[in-house]
Amino acid sequence: MTAKLSLRMVRKRFDDHEVCKGIDLDVAEGEMVCLIGASGSGKSTLLRCMNLLEPIDDGEIWLDGKDISEPGLDPQPVRQQIGIVFQSYNLFPHMTAAENVMLAPRRVHGLSREDLRPKVTQLFTRFGLGDRMEHYPDQLSGGQQQRVAIIRALAMEPQIMLFDEITSALDPELVGEVLDVLRDLRKQGMTMVLATHEMGFARELANKVCFLDAGRILEQGPPEVLFSQPREPRTKAFLSRVL
Amino acid sequence: MEETSLQKDSVEHSAATPTRREVYEAEVRRRSNRIALISVVSVTLAIFVLVPLAPGWEAVQRSFFNGRVFAETFPGLLEAFLMNVMIFAWSAPLIAITGLVIALCRDTRAPALFPLRLFGIAYTDIFRGLPVVLVIYIIGFGVPGLGLPRPWNSPYIWGTLALVLVYSAYVAEVIRSGIDSIHQSQRSAAASLGLSDQDTMRYVVLPQAIRNVVPANMNLFIALQKDVALLSFIGPVEIFRQAGVYKSLYANFTPYVGAALIFLALTIPATRYADYLMNKQNRART
Repeated sequence: MTAKLSLRMVRKRFDDHEVCKGIDLDVAEGEMVCLIGASGSGKSTLLRCMNLLEPIDDGEIWLDGKDISEPGLDPQPVRQQIGIVFQSYNLFPHMTAAENVMLAPRRVHGLSREDLRPKVTQLFTRFGLGDRMEHYPDQLSGGQQQRVAIIRALAMEPQIMLFDEITSALDPELVGEVLDVLRDLRKQGMTMVLATHEMGFARELANKVCFLDAGRILEQGPPEVLFSQPREPRTKAFLSRVL
Repeated sequence: MEETSLQKDSVEHSAATPTRREVYEAEVRRRSNRIALISVVSVTLAIFVLVPLAPGWEAVQRSFFNGRVFAETFPGLLEAFLMNVMIFAWSAPLIAITGLVIALCRDTRAPALFPLRLFGIAYTDIFRGLPVVLVIYIIGFGVPGLGLPRPWNSPYIWGTLALVLVYSAYVAEVIRSGIDSIHQSQRSAAASLGLSDQDTMRYVVLPQAIRNVVPANMNLFIALQKDVALLSFIGPVEIFRQAGVYKSLYANFTPYVGAALIFLALTIPATRYADYLMNKQNRART
């Protein structure tokens, strides 16, 4: 099976601190992969490396059989194919929700607001935000902002979506509405990689769960195996703390 | 404002009988007001009683606070002040645009544009490092000295250029600090959507940066309004020069006081407004 996205011995260091110490990972088309592990284990950095927000120091990243980690490669076309949603939403505060979503398709794909309007309206409606399109981010709840951020990434029609602990900054009662969006995407067959602390969610929907520890994937497997019969003592220790 | 509305609310709740705390706070407030009033009155009295006791007071009063001279020169001063307003009105937009361009020059990353970046750095270093009046002298007397034909020897043109050079350097630094204040995560978000660096700057960073530095820039433009008077050294008859003319005519300094009042009538409200914007912004951030 050829993977949609493949990481081979990916290494990333910040100054003299190595955050990713040779990571191998395959994500198949339509698959949902969850990265779990303590804060600082390298989950976020790994996601940021996947869509080239951070250049990797060594190793390779392949997308659809093409090496996208080649130094000097233009990262913009790659980023259009791999969307990312951040923990802190990172919406543009000076634009309405709809303008946030339309900016990139307008500037990158050269579409007009009129072209985009039907599709954007449909996305907002699908995620329960049909009446929030003209609101500014600070007029929206955390859960609504995060859903707008997801819509913003989806509007570029990426082939893969990365989610970086997108529910960690939310009040507990708002987590559900964001997870529902992920369930919806899962049903549509979107290829997804999540860094998450939502173990119940990972167990319910993931095809594969990877436990990261100190910059390495210590253990990976289907959720039913990894959660109930972890091999490594560190995985066991981590799971006993969070479950 | 919130406090008073809160109090009203609580008064309503307690049905006219104030709580112990409310009684105490009202007493404290009355006491502070009393002390402040007494203090202001005594200081004002002291000034009005003591200053006129100074040996030179009568001479000062005659030459600085002469009601007749004031009444006769004030309309002329106001008229001359229109010149300041005009010079300000055409300088301000030029300064804003030049400042923005210089700020963007300093922010370029592409190696081919390195000369631009160097230029931006040199520009801000040089013009922030010189007294405004010196730049006005050098440019205002120097360039027309080249023997340019009319209208290119006009002190208005070269005086304006001097103001634009100096003030745009300050505006550029303020805008640059605004650009730096935009969190890296905004750039990350823009990059992750596939936006180019130019589009990220134009649509994501700059609109937020410029909004953040509006109050700081307002303070610069208030300073500019005052420094327009420096152009009087190279020719234009604006309010400061007009006041000088009246001073010689009447052998009296009152016109300067009149000019000062006119400046204050404009700059104090503007400063208050800038402070108000700045406070509003600080509150919004917290």
